[in-house]
Amino acid sequence: MTQSRSSFLSIMLFLGFAFLYVPMILLVIYSFNHSKLVPVWGGWSTRWYKVLFESPEVWDAVRLSLQIAVVNATVATMLGTFAGLAMVRFGRFRARTLFGGMLVAPLVMPEVITGLSLLVFFISLKDLFGWPAERGFITITIAHITFSLAYVAVIVQARLTGIGETLEEAAADLGAKPFKVMTSITLPRLAPGMLAGWLLAFTLSLDDLVIASFVTGPGANTLPILIFSRIRLGLRPDINALATIIILFVAVLVAIAAYIMFRQQKRELLDQQMAQSGGD
Amino acid sequence: MVSQSNDRADTAKNALNDEKPLLQIRNVTKKFGDFTAVNNVDLDIHSGELFCLLGGSGCGKSTLLRMLAGFETPTSGQILIESKDMSGVPPYQRPTNMMFQSYALFPHMSVEKNIAFGLQQDGINRSEIKDRTQNMLKLVELQGYEKRRPGQLSGGQRQRVALARALVKEPKLLLLDEPLGALDKKLREQTQFELMNIQYKVGVTFVVVTHDQEEAMVLSDRIAVMDKGAFIQIGSPTEIYEFPKNRFVANFIGSANIFEGRVIENTSKSLKITTDLGEVELKQSSTLTVGSTVYLGIRPEKISIDKDASSKKQDFTTSGVVEDIGYLGNTSRYKVRLDQGTLVDVTAQNHLRPQNRSHAFSWEENVSLHWDASNVMLLTS
Repeated sequence: MTQSRSSFLSIMLFLGFAFLYVPMILLVIYSFNHSKLVPVWGGWSTRWYKVLFESPEVWDAVRLSLQIAVVNATVATMLGTFAGLAMVRFGRFRARTLFGGMLVAPLVMPEVITGLSLLVFFISLKDLFGWPAERGFITITIAHITFSLAYVAVIVQARLTGIGETLEEAAADLGAKPFKVMTSITLPRLAPGMLAGWLLAFTLSLDDLVIASFVTGPGANTLPILIFSRIRLGLRPDINALATIIILFVAVLVAIAAYIMFRQQKRELLDQQMAQSGGD
Repeated sequence: MVSQSNDRADTAKNALNDEKPLLQIRNVTKKFGDFTAVNNVDLDIHSGELFCLLGGSGCGKSTLLRMLAGFETPTSGQILIESKDMSGVPPYQRPTNMMFQSYALFPHMSVEKNIAFGLQQDGINRSEIKDRTQNMLKLVELQGYEKRRPGQLSGGQRQRVALARALVKEPKLLLLDEPLGALDKKLREQTQFELMNIQYKVGVTFVVVTHDQEEAMVLSDRIAVMDKGAFIQIGSPTEIYEFPKNRFVANFIGSANIFEGRVIENTSKSLKITTDLGEVELKQSSTLTVGSTVYLGIRPEKISIDKDASSKKQDFTTSGVVEDIGYLGNTSRYKVRLDQGTLVDVTAQNHLRPQNRSHAFSWEENVSLHWDASNVMLLTS
């Protein structure tokens, strides 16, 4: 009984992981294909990596994507934190549920709609004020901030609800003025949530193809836009190489995050042991 | 220890005679929407007192404490500390400090930084902060734990850090919200005495919120029993226990057997009341009119239980059958069905070791019960 169940489970596990990872493994293997035609195997080679590194277009796209991602993540974390704080700590007010719902609505809004509405918004802004003169870095960044902010706000809200108000009250009781309470208690307690929010906003921005395509202008290609536009002309081996590098980059980030979490857990365990052995 | 407790009683008594109370609560009401959490309470607390607000959950005791700390604003009424009106004074400017339920220690700071936090807010210089923090650590016996974070401390140690943090600013008034609630029973009993000693040493006025009547009895100079947002009775632990005003207090603090009765005679010095058990004469003056309904209470430990109608001369004697026995070791609780039908709780000390390894009285045994009229509590409602 146990035997049959466990072999069934192993097969399911294997199939599940195969489903997830076989396409990526194929992509990585083909990025080392010497042949110019993607489906035809022409022996091992790093030829396409060289092509990739010599292409200024790719570097421009990488730089633009990273710039947008960093600015977006930073601004969205700031605004999202304020929004989350306001929602949790403003107290009871009328239509609070409505505001809460409106804050998270961008999470469920189809990206096509968000992209389209932002495009319309930027065009009318330009008509009215002559700004933004051209679409590109600034418009994509603003567009990304609008939806990233919602994600950060949700994370911060959850974290704030979890830590409760008592610590802040304790600080106020000990004579800390509201600003000091914010900087010495609330923000340090929120830091893990804000970091998680920042990372999420960063990845969302790097990922985004749809909204960026709507609000970008001539010459401003983010990495996803570049990849997509090249693929439309047929599979290309240098894009496989680029994708492999991105996979490697993400894998390293995930490994670092896992290590940090592991260390945190280990520290908490040690703390508990210390509390028990040093207890009275 | 004995002399100290006499000192305590003296300070409390002197304090009561002081002219200016430290804390004055004047007709304070707090409403949350339609719900009245605190209903028109009025109270003076004197310098040096250890005062307990005692009541079940939702009775408004915590809300009252939070109003003293400044976290809630009274809907109406006034709170004065040293005759200064506190309305509009934010928590960070009040001469009070609070020890929170579950302590609210800052998890990202060391023990030392937790204690020093309050002093830093006042812009006190570093060497003085260090001295005062060290003194507090000595007071709560936590030297050597400076660098630990709260996560690395046991429950009892956290409680002491919280106390040190609340005391280090030498507040006029220390507010304690269920200070011992998170500790286990043994540790709680030990800590009760520590808390009293510390209060005696530092001389700070304590207002303690608790739902634990035993804790209130041990700690307090005075107790206010609260129910539904109002004070039911305020008095010393002895007054509250021995002379409860009504059935709620009699049942909330300890337990009591309660009989309904009717006043049949009221002279200026005594009161004659008829009950199911017969007539009782209480030697106390009262404004009760003849014919009004009253309740009489008798504590289980004030009833003596005997095998036969005893020769002892006591005011009141009745008989019944033992229906149930609760053996607690030092005492036993008996439920005795009286001949006229009422069930009465009786507590008896087990001073003698039963040689047959059984109870002093057994089930279905006929017993007689006696008590003195002076032990009967007159409850008006």
